[in-house]
Amino acid sequence: MNELTSIETTLKDWETDQEVRWCPGCGDYAILKAVQRTLPQIGADPKNTVFVSGIGCSSRFPYYVESYGFHTIHGRAPAFATGIKLANPELDVWLVTGDGDGMSIGGNHTMHILRRNLDCQIMLFNNEIYGLTKGQSSPTSRLGTPSPSTPLGSVDRPALPCAFALGSGARFVARGFDVSKKLPEVLKAAHAHKGAAFIEIFQNCIVYNKDVFHDFAAPKGAEDQQLWLEDGEPMLFAGGTKGLACDNEEMALNVVDVVDGDWEAAGVMVHDTKNRSLAHMLVELPFGPFPMALGVLYDDPRPTFESVVAEERERSSAGKEPNLAKLLGKGQSWTVEG
Amino acid sequence: MATVSAEQDKAAAVQDSAEPEAVVVRFAGDSGDGMQLTGGQFTLSTALAGNDLATFPDFPAEIRAPQGTLFGVSAFQINFGSSDITTAGDAPDVLVAMNPAALKTNVDALKPGGLIIADTGEFTKRNLDKAKYDVSPIDDGSLSKWDVLAFDISAMTIEAVKPFGLGNKEALRCKNMWTLGLALWMFDRDREPVVQWLKNKFANKPEVADANIAALNAGHAYGETAELSGPLRKIQVEALEAEPGLYRTVTGAEAVSIGLVAGAQLAGLSMFFGGYPITPASAILHNLTKMKEFGVTTFQAEDEIAAICAAIGASYAGQLGVTSSSGPGIALKGEAMGLAIMTELPLVIVNSQRGGPSTGLPTKTEQSDLYQAIYGRNGDAPLPVIAARSPTDAFECAIEACRIAVQFMTPVILLTDGYIANAAEPWKVPDPETFEPFPVSFLDAKNGGEKLLPYKRDDRGARPWIKPGTPDLMHRIGGIEKGIDTGNIDYSAEVHQAQTDARRIKVENVADATPEQDVCLGGSSGKLVVVGWGSTYGPIHQAVRRARARGLDVSHVHVRHIWPLPRNLGDLLKGYDNVLVPEMNSGQFKTVLRDQFLVDAKPFNKISGQPFTIAELETAISELHG
Repeated sequence: MNELTSIETTLKDWETDQEVRWCPGCGDYAILKAVQRTLPQIGADPKNTVFVSGIGCSSRFPYYVESYGFHTIHGRAPAFATGIKLANPELDVWLVTGDGDGMSIGGNHTMHILRRNLDCQIMLFNNEIYGLTKGQSSPTSRLGTPSPSTPLGSVDRPALPCAFALGSGARFVARGFDVSKKLPEVLKAAHAHKGAAFIEIFQNCIVYNKDVFHDFAAPKGAEDQQLWLEDGEPMLFAGGTKGLACDNEEMALNVVDVVDGDWEAAGVMVHDTKNRSLAHMLVELPFGPFPMALGVLYDDPRPTFESVVAEERERSSAGKEPNLAKLLGKGQSWTVEG
Repeated sequence: MATVSAEQDKAAAVQDSAEPEAVVVRFAGDSGDGMQLTGGQFTLSTALAGNDLATFPDFPAEIRAPQGTLFGVSAFQINFGSSDITTAGDAPDVLVAMNPAALKTNVDALKPGGLIIADTGEFTKRNLDKAKYDVSPIDDGSLSKWDVLAFDISAMTIEAVKPFGLGNKEALRCKNMWTLGLALWMFDRDREPVVQWLKNKFANKPEVADANIAALNAGHAYGETAELSGPLRKIQVEALEAEPGLYRTVTGAEAVSIGLVAGAQLAGLSMFFGGYPITPASAILHNLTKMKEFGVTTFQAEDEIAAICAAIGASYAGQLGVTSSSGPGIALKGEAMGLAIMTELPLVIVNSQRGGPSTGLPTKTEQSDLYQAIYGRNGDAPLPVIAARSPTDAFECAIEACRIAVQFMTPVILLTDGYIANAAEPWKVPDPETFEPFPVSFLDAKNGGEKLLPYKRDDRGARPWIKPGTPDLMHRIGGIEKGIDTGNIDYSAEVHQAQTDARRIKVENVADATPEQDVCLGGSSGKLVVVGWGSTYGPIHQAVRRARARGLDVSHVHVRHIWPLPRNLGDLLKGYDNVLVPEMNSGQFKTVLRDQFLVDAKPFNKISGQPFTIAELETAISELHG
């Protein structure tokens, strides 16, 4: 996020005149709306906002947001964003990437933008499939996913984007899903975080990987499988009838029943977004035995990359005049008299 | 008879040449012996003495190759004299060999009758074995066509630095300074600059500085004493009558770095440099980290791709994006160059070429990335290509690359090579006031009435540069084909044809903004023209000069603007009966010239990781000239 003057806009102000070209029913529409709803709420200024993307369905996103936008090349959006932000730290930079773009071809750049902690919001749309290239299995596809490139089912184990992010040194990790009403809140928290904010957004690819997140992300009836985390609040789900407790001997989280709302008696942990060990456990929780951990899993800021680069440049320039004649004649020189 | 001719050669080379016009000295030793430092300091002293000079550092790819081995030999050659020097010299007059391996790998290059100075302290059984000598060459007469001055430099160095209490290993590290002292004596050079340099370098370790200075003085004193007998003698090389002014020595990597800074300043821009470590390009990254007061940001990226992408991102945001690499890294940057071409953003890409393909010869020089520069991207993806001919020329070329990039909104490739990057030459420091500024103006208001047209082209064919942060000019760009003027996604057949043409024509228009091709030596028509590009300038120029002195009708044309080629080049070449194109590749520029002008350009190629010698070019000229 940036300390910029908030300006007043409406959702309409963030729509472009371009025809949106995602498949009808694609989860991307819901995410686009959530973003366009969030931007006015955070006082974003279209002229200082830049959406940067790679390649893939999700990466068409910048064309549909009335701000500055750069649709780059496959997997490299984090590198472009780094150049943009270092050149002008005043800009509010949003990255849009997908599981193929950000975890496969661009995995390296995802790692480095996170460890450097460039101030930006990274939205990784995870649909567990390559959509734009017609349905091949992706690095987040579950084992056994049948696809044109894996007709007998994928044989390589999936990567966990949030675990990858945390392992790369991310200081903000959050989760949401396309049709969730709470997605704008997650985006706002990401924007409020100064530094690289990583948001995994489960997105329903209705053509090639339909409803793979149905068990927790169905528009209705899946609420009990959602654990919405809030800093300082007990980790409760299923209408407060269940919660997560820490088994200190096993050093693991487990699900406990909460009777009559007495979560303390049940030993339910209070979420602490600054607890990195807890974050490591949350990003690894297997869905099924556990609910899907959503919301802000981890949020503990550190100095941003652009600020330390600027500081270093100032230290390096301290007391030096930008004198070209002096630079040219630098080193051991001699004069030939006329 | 061989002995007689060797004697005659000797007489011609060193003993009789009281005041030679130019002398070539090669320092060779183990990669840990500090030969590059010795060479660098000798270069500086030579420049200060008023000689023109050129150098050729030649070192192994291994950082610390096993001691004493043939592949661990590091050499530094310098050619200096009283007239214009444009090459590092063909054959050395003097070879300083710090061990048997250095002797073995370098002695064949030495002129017959030349002088070998060898450190016998290193000619041990073990080192002779490593250099694959059965018997010491100093003792078996195999060096008889040269003068040999062999003595125990190691022991004399240890003796000289004794008072400073260094261990044996540390004491021996001063050997290079002892040798430098001797060389400075031989050519009557001042020791003071070296003394000052040592004091600065070892400011925190005064005992090491003092030991090195003592070794330097001891080597110098040895020269004075030993002159009384034997082959060692002082050689006077007169100073060149140089134009008055301020001079310094500069390597190509330094010249590119300050040229880029100057270019950004002339454009009125901050510069963003994205780099990734690679030999021999890293020096540019290192240099620029020390120039941040000029608004330079340096970014060591996670890979070559990120380095160029970040640079493009910075250009998009309104700075001058620059990236630099060598062949393998340039290959990785190809896709991003295509995006810069498509989004029409300025960018400078410096390629310090090295031997290829693949990892190839990382520390050796070659010109084999020409095709890669001109053609090496997917799609119809033209961009301007410039090639520097020498370390000092690289300065002007860097400014030129910046100018073309911002005026034409295009990525530009600047080609140098390992030789240019590492070699040093004296440079008359230019006055920045004489440079023509080319200030950039960003679009600040809608350019199509009520509408913004991000791809509306100017007379040059360039689109406007629009910085994010500018009110009312929000727009989206990307790698997908663009509608005319609007830049909106448009895949239609006529638009792709029109935009492909527009991108090509824009790059062709660069030829209107760059000088016509000149003839740097000889007539503008005639029997033979030798056409070169890049670092072959020096040897071609000397070879043509010598051939002309012998009465041959030959000219030298050296091309800086590789793409687009100068407008008059085709007609110019057609004015000669024969066109010879020497290149350190298998004939890439020759093919381009044939393709562009249908001229019968003949190749002369060398792909050995070493620069051309003047002699081999003279032979090629004579053969074609007839």
